[in-house]
Amino acid sequence: MILGRVVGTVVSTRKDEKLTGAKLLVVQPIDPHGKDEPGYVVAVDTVDAGEHDRVLVVSGSSARMASGLQDRPVDAAIIGVVDTVEVKGS
Amino acid sequence: MRLARVVGTVVATRKDEGLFGTKLLVIQPLDTRHRPTGRPLVAVDSVGAGASEEVFWVRGREASHPFLPDQVPCDAAIVGIVDHWNVAEP
Repeated sequence: MILGRVVGTVVSTRKDEKLTGAKLLVVQPIDPHGKDEPGYVVAVDTVDAGEHDRVLVVSGSSARMASGLQDRPVDAAIIGVVDTVEVKGS
Repeated sequence: MRLARVVGTVVATRKDEGLFGTKLLVIQPLDTRHRPTGRPLVAVDSVGAGASEEVFWVRGREASHPFLPDQVPCDAAIVGIVDHWNVAEP
Protein backbone atom coordinates (compact mmCIF):
# COMPACT_ATOMS: atom_id res chain seq x y z
CA MET A 1 0.00 0.00 0.00
CA ILE A 2 1.06 3.58 -0.44
CA LEU A 3 0.51 6.62 1.70
CA GLY A 4 -1.25 9.55 0.10
CA ARG A 5 -3.10 12.77 0.68
CA VAL A 6 -6.55 13.46 -0.72
CA VAL A 7 -6.22 16.45 -3.03
CA GLY A 8 -9.41 16.36 -5.07
CA THR A 9 -12.53 14.67 -6.28
CA VAL A 10 -13.65 13.23 -9.60
CA VAL A 11 -17.25 13.48 -10.76
CA SER A 12 -18.40 11.20 -13.57
CA THR A 13 -21.98 10.80 -14.68
CA ARG A 14 -21.53 8.29 -17.49
CA LYS A 15 -19.52 5.37 -16.19
CA ASP A 16 -19.53 1.61 -15.81
CA GLU A 17 -22.72 0.71 -13.99
CA LYS A 18 -20.73 -1.19 -11.36
CA LEU A 19 -19.16 2.14 -10.39
CA THR A 20 -22.50 3.75 -9.63
CA GLY A 21 -22.34 5.26 -6.17
CA ALA A 22 -18.57 5.02 -5.93
CA LYS A 23 -16.83 8.10 -4.53
CA LEU A 24 -13.75 8.85 -6.62
CA LEU A 25 -10.95 10.85 -5.05
CA VAL A 26 -7.67 12.12 -6.44
CA VAL A 27 -4.80 11.06 -4.19
CA GLN A 28 -1.30 12.56 -4.18
CA PRO A 29 1.27 9.97 -3.09
CA ILE A 30 3.41 11.09 -0.12
CA ASP A 31 6.44 9.68 1.64
CA PRO A 32 6.29 8.62 5.33
CA HIS A 33 7.32 12.15 6.33
CA GLY A 34 4.40 13.69 4.44
CA LYS A 35 6.39 15.04 1.50
CA ASP A 36 4.74 14.87 -1.94
CA GLU A 37 5.88 12.13 -4.32
CA PRO A 38 5.46 12.33 -8.10
CA GLY A 39 2.26 11.17 -9.75
CA TYR A 40 -1.31 10.77 -8.64
CA VAL A 41 -4.00 8.10 -8.50
CA VAL A 42 -7.76 8.15 -8.75
CA ALA A 43 -9.06 5.82 -6.02
CA VAL A 44 -12.46 4.67 -4.84
CA ASP A 45 -13.06 5.74 -1.26
CA THR A 46 -14.35 3.02 1.07
CA VAL A 47 -13.75 4.71 4.43
CA ASP A 48 -15.35 8.14 3.99
CA ALA A 49 -12.10 10.02 3.63
CA GLY A 50 -12.13 13.78 3.13
CA GLU A 51 -10.05 16.45 1.48
CA HIS A 52 -6.50 16.75 2.94
CA ASP A 53 -6.82 13.46 4.87
CA ARG A 54 -3.75 11.26 4.87
CA VAL A 55 -4.88 7.90 3.58
CA LEU A 56 -3.76 4.36 2.81
CA VAL A 57 -4.26 3.28 -0.81
CA VAL A 58 -4.26 -0.31 -2.04
CA SER A 59 -3.59 -0.90 -5.75
CA GLY A 60 -4.08 -3.60 -8.34
CA SER A 61 -6.42 -6.55 -8.06
CA SER A 62 -6.16 -6.37 -4.25
CA ALA A 63 -8.24 -3.20 -4.41
CA ARG A 64 -11.24 -5.34 -5.26
CA MET A 65 -10.91 -7.07 -1.89
CA ALA A 66 -11.96 -3.90 -0.10
CA SER A 67 -15.46 -4.04 1.24
CA GLY A 68 -18.10 -3.33 -1.38
CA LEU A 69 -15.71 -3.48 -4.33
CA GLN A 70 -15.96 -7.15 -5.28
CA ASP A 71 -16.26 -7.61 -9.06
CA ARG A 72 -16.03 -3.88 -9.73
CA PRO A 73 -13.66 -2.39 -12.31
CA VAL A 74 -11.36 -0.78 -9.77
CA ASP A 75 -7.57 -0.85 -9.40
CA ALA A 76 -7.08 1.57 -6.51
CA ALA A 77 -9.03 1.95 -3.27
CA ILE A 78 -8.67 4.09 -0.16
CA ILE A 79 -8.87 1.59 2.70
CA GLY A 80 -7.74 3.62 5.70
CA VAL A 81 -7.47 7.10 7.13
CA VAL A 82 -4.03 7.48 8.69
CA ASP A 83 -3.82 8.76 12.26
CA THR A 84 -0.04 8.66 12.63
CA VAL A 85 3.06 7.47 10.82
CA GLU A 86 6.10 6.82 12.95
CA VAL A 87 9.40 6.47 11.17
CA LYS A 88 12.70 5.62 12.80
CA GLY A 89 14.62 8.81 13.37
CA SER A 90 11.63 11.12 13.07
CA MET B 1 9.56 -11.45 -3.38
CA ARG B 2 11.81 -8.55 -2.51
CA LEU B 3 13.97 -7.60 0.46
CA ALA B 4 13.28 -4.64 2.73
CA ARG B 5 13.92 -3.13 6.14
CA VAL B 6 11.17 -2.18 8.56
CA VAL B 7 11.51 1.55 9.17
CA GLY B 8 8.24 2.58 10.78
CA THR B 9 4.66 1.97 11.74
CA VAL B 10 1.30 3.30 10.60
CA VAL B 11 -1.72 3.77 12.84
CA ALA B 12 -5.14 4.06 11.21
CA THR B 13 -8.30 3.88 13.31
CA ARG B 14 -10.79 4.31 10.48
CA LYS B 15 -10.09 1.55 8.00
CA ASP B 16 -11.54 -1.29 5.95
CA GLU B 17 -12.87 -3.96 8.30
CA GLY B 18 -10.58 -6.48 6.60
CA LEU B 19 -7.64 -4.62 8.14
CA PHE B 20 -8.92 -4.81 11.71
CA GLY B 21 -6.28 -6.40 13.92
CA THR B 22 -3.50 -6.22 11.34
CA LYS B 23 -0.14 -4.56 11.89
CA LEU B 24 0.82 -1.94 9.30
CA LEU B 25 4.53 -1.32 8.87
CA VAL B 26 6.51 1.12 6.73
CA ILE B 27 9.18 -0.79 4.82
CA GLN B 28 12.11 0.49 2.78
CA PRO B 29 13.01 -1.84 -0.10
CA LEU B 30 16.69 -2.82 -0.17
CA ASP B 31 19.09 -3.92 -2.89
CA THR B 32 21.22 -7.03 -2.42
CA ARG B 33 23.85 -4.95 -0.65
CA HIS B 34 21.46 -3.76 2.02
CA ARG B 35 21.18 -0.29 0.47
CA PRO B 36 17.79 1.47 0.21
CA THR B 37 16.30 1.40 -3.27
CA GLY B 38 13.02 2.91 -4.39
CA ARG B 39 10.23 4.43 -2.37
CA PRO B 40 9.14 3.30 1.09
CA LEU B 41 5.69 1.69 1.23
CA VAL B 42 3.22 0.29 3.71
CA ALA B 43 2.95 -3.49 4.15
CA VAL B 44 0.80 -5.69 6.34
CA ASP B 45 2.85 -7.86 8.68
CA SER B 46 2.08 -11.60 8.72
CA VAL B 47 5.09 -12.88 10.68
CA GLY B 48 5.56 -10.59 13.69
CA ALA B 49 8.31 -8.42 12.23
CA GLY B 50 9.63 -5.48 14.22
CA ALA B 51 11.50 -2.22 13.86
CA SER B 52 14.79 -2.28 11.91
CA GLU B 53 14.44 -5.95 10.96
CA GLU B 54 15.30 -7.11 7.46
CA VAL B 55 12.38 -8.91 5.90
CA PHE B 56 11.16 -10.28 2.61
CA TRP B 57 7.82 -9.25 1.27
CA VAL B 58 5.40 -10.08 -1.50
CA ARG B 59 3.56 -7.68 -3.74
CA GLY B 60 0.22 -7.86 -5.52
CA ARG B 61 -2.84 -9.99 -4.98
CA GLU B 62 -0.69 -12.69 -3.38
CA ALA B 63 -0.05 -10.35 -0.46
CA SER B 64 -3.50 -11.13 0.88
CA HIS B 65 -2.93 -14.91 0.82
CA PRO B 66 -1.24 -15.23 4.23
CA PHE B 67 -4.47 -14.02 5.82
CA LEU B 68 -6.94 -16.32 4.03
CA PRO B 69 -9.74 -17.12 4.57
CA ASP B 70 -9.94 -13.56 5.93
CA GLN B 71 -10.34 -11.04 3.10
CA VAL B 72 -7.56 -8.54 3.80
CA PRO B 73 -7.35 -5.85 1.10
CA CYS B 74 -3.57 -5.45 0.85
CA ASP B 75 -1.09 -5.33 -2.03
CA ALA B 76 2.08 -5.73 0.04
CA ALA B 77 2.73 -8.16 2.90
CA ILE B 78 5.77 -9.12 4.93
CA VAL B 79 6.02 -12.90 4.69
CA GLY B 80 9.40 -13.61 6.30
CA ILE B 81 12.07 -12.23 8.60
CA VAL B 82 15.54 -12.58 7.07
CA ASP B 83 18.28 -14.02 9.26
CA HIS B 84 20.94 -13.15 6.70
CA TRP B 85 21.55 -13.23 2.97
CA ASN B 86 24.63 -13.68 0.87
CA VAL B 87 25.11 -12.43 -2.68
CA ALA B 88 28.40 -12.93 -4.49
CA GLU B 89 30.23 -9.71 -5.39
CA PRO B 90 30.22 -9.15 -9.17
